[in-house]
Parts: sequence; structure tokens; C-alpha cells
Amino acid sequence: MRRGFPLLMTGLALAMMADLAIAQEQGINLPKSIEAGSVFSVRCSGSGEGTVYIVGPGQVLRRDVQLGSTTSFPAGSLTHAGRYLAILSASGSSSDAGSNPVSSFDVVPASEPAKISFLARPSRLPVDIHDAITGAVYLFDTYQNLILTPMPVSFDLTNPSGAGQKRSVTTRDGAAWTAMDSSAHDGTDHFVASAGDVSSARAVVQVAGDACNLRMSVTPSDGKLVVATDPVRDCSGNAVPDGTIVTFTEAANGSKTTVDVPLKRGIAKVEMPEVQGAIFTVASGVSLGNQVRWEK
Amino acid sequence: MICCAAFGLTACLAAAQPAVRVEPSQPQGQQALADQTRSAAIADYLGAWKSMSEALEQNRPGLLDRDFTGSAKDELSATIAQQASLGMRSRYRDLAHDLQFVFYSPDGLSIEMTDDAEYEVQVFVHDKPLAAQRMHARYVVVLTPGAARWGVRVLQASPQP
Repeated sequence: MRRGFPLLMTGLALAMMADLAIAQEQGINLPKSIEAGSVFSVRCSGSGEGTVYIVGPGQVLRRDVQLGSTTSFPAGSLTHAGRYLAILSASGSSSDAGSNPVSSFDVVPASEPAKISFLARPSRLPVDIHDAITGAVYLFDTYQNLILTPMPVSFDLTNPSGAGQKRSVTTRDGAAWTAMDSSAHDGTDHFVASAGDVSSARAVVQVAGDACNLRMSVTPSDGKLVVATDPVRDCSGNAVPDGTIVTFTEAANGSKTTVDVPLKRGIAKVEMPEVQGAIFTVASGVSLGNQVRWEK
Repeated sequence: MICCAAFGLTACLAAAQPAVRVEPSQPQGQQALADQTRSAAIADYLGAWKSMSEALEQNRPGLLDRDFTGSAKDELSATIAQQASLGMRSRYRDLAHDLQFVFYSPDGLSIEMTDDAEYEVQVFVHDKPLAAQRMHARYVVVLTPGAARWGVRVLQASPQP
């Protein structure tokens, strides 16, 4: 019994040393940074068999491995950018959560953009307004990862005549934006954002602004007066769209008559009672036109 | 329990909350970010971490519905499906967030911020603990408005600059 006890202790000590040696030998090595979707390898030191777990919020992988060798993961295995843990669990080990070899690494987005998320606002607006059209983009790689390295983005706003505005903006944290003026002429402009080989286009409809230099004339017709505007245009000469409301007012003998008329074929026209000395005024939106006093 | 006995329930609950710091800078963009919008975005983002943690721990993708949208929701849902098929689950406990608003889109339809986050990850296989690790990562987050709250559309950790 006395001889057996030291032998038992020696055996236990040797077993513990062997366990310690195995724990020290086991390890997991892989690059600190991997491009999304690319081939990568994990080297697991030690001997015997084990399992590698790759864990992140974006993806989880499990792979049986031979310790002491390198295991290759094919292209497309790990596609979501983020920070991951690589954990090695040796087969048959009774190690707890604190002793499995763990290594952290990053999966970074591919460097070439594959998709542009392009928000252009508004889709319809009046002509000739400063910084009224805005475009914002986020750049993504082929696996929907936001590309965080700075990249040039080109914004082009082109009107039907071919004239346009161009801006080049470098992304910051994957985003870029610009603001552009609406052009002087109405029509549908093409707003294009491009980066690398990808682009995205939006249509921006520009309509005439408020009426400008609004003028009317008054002519008698069968005992009534026909009040009509000249063709209504904005300050840049664009025809104000049909349907825009023009308000005529006739003031006579202390009373006032107001009529709202939509533009039709570019002009507004209405019949009003003929009253000597009546004063006619015209307005559209915030624009006031001329004033006419009716004397037969 | 020891914590509760020693410091009282309030202290315990406070300890369970991550430390949050917000950089005071204004994001790039055409318009200023209103204080109310800023506060709502922060609260909804922190709520999203809680949802993510619960969803990944319980392998229940439905817990993501309130706080995640688009590709972020798809990715996390896929991760949960992978975990479930491998008999795994993971517990993410956020310890600290250092937030900075970096972009507020001119149309007001997206907010981007960065988060220097500290968190702890515990991984379980068939309910046995596999590993535990304290992590530090810079997250880039894109939020877009939903019906009642900001939803996380992009949640992506990147190498520290």
C-alpha cells in the first residue's frame, strides 16, 4: 500500500502533464483578415481529430479537421463581412469553454462594388431650384456587404438636351451623397450614380415653376366680357402645365367676383359680367398679373 | 445573485445594461439630425442588439422581426438556421457601445452610424459550452425607418481603423 501510493501519484502527475502538453500543442491559426467569398485555410496544431467552428452573427460553419494539418475552405464558404470566432474542439477532449483554442478574425467586403443602392429625391419638382435634387448611395459587394473602403462615386444629372451636371464624391463608411440644381428647362432628366463597373439610374421629372409675367386681356362678347390670359409661362420660359389654377377677380360697385380657372392649352379664359368701371385682376399661385379697368 | 445581495436589485439591473457613449458630432448630409430622431435611433439600435442576442441564443428568427430589416435580417435568420442545424446556439452580451452618427441621408430615409462595441460571445454545442470570448469590434450600422421604429438594415463589423 505504501509502495503503491507514490506510484499512483506519479501516474496521475504524468497523466496531467500529458493533458497539459496536448492542451498546449492544440491551437488554431488563420489569417487575421479574409476577403468575403475567398478561399482560406485554417491550420490546427496538435494530433488526432477535431472540429473547427466558425461563429459570427453573419454566418456559422462547422468542419471536421485533422489536427496537425491545414484545412482549406473553398471559395464562397464565408461570404458575410464581420468579426468571427474560430474555435477548435479536439475530439474526445473534455475541455471546458475556457480551454478550447479560440482565434478571432475579420471577413472584409470584396473591393469591387457589385450593387449600388441609390436613393434620388424628389422624383418630380419645379425647374431652376438650387440644390433641390439629392442623391444618396450605399455601395455593396456581390455578397451584399457594405464596402467600407473609400471609393469614388460619380453622380450625373442629364437633361433631354444632353446638358447636365456632374459630381464626383468619395464614399465614407460606404455612403456618399450629393445635391444638384434642377435645370432651367422642363422635361425628364436622368440621374445616374456609378461606381466601378456598376451604375444605377433614376428619372427626375422637372416641371415648369410658378407663373411669371402673368398677363391678361379683356374683350367684349355678346354683352359679356371674355377675360383671358396670354400663354402662361414660368420665369425660364417653360409653359406652365395645364390644370394649374388661375384666379380672376372682378371688382365693381363695392362687390367682388372671383373665378378659379384651370389652364387649358396654356391659357386660362372665362366670361364675366360687363360692368362699367370694373377692375379685373389675375393671379396664379404667388404670382400676380396685370390689372385692367373696363371702360366701354 | 451575489451581486443582487451585495448591491441591491437596482445596481444589478444597471450592471446588466451596456455602457453607452454617443459622440456629439453631426453626421454628414444635407440636414441636421434632430435630437428626437437621434434618441429614437439610439434606443432602437440598442433594442436591436437585445433582439439579436435573444434570437441567436434561442434560435428563434421571429425575434428579429421588430428590429431588423432587409439584408441584416436575412443574414441573421440564415445564421440562426445554420446554428439550429448544427445543434448550436450563441449568446451575445453587449457590454459597451461607443456610437457616432456618420451619415444622415438628405431624404431622411437612412441613418448610418459606427459603434465601437465591446461584447461577450458564448458558444454552445448541444447546450455544452464550447467557447467564451470577449470581443471588441467597430460595427457599421445602417438604419431605415419602419412603421413605428428604426430598423437595422446593415449591421457589419469591420477591422479597427
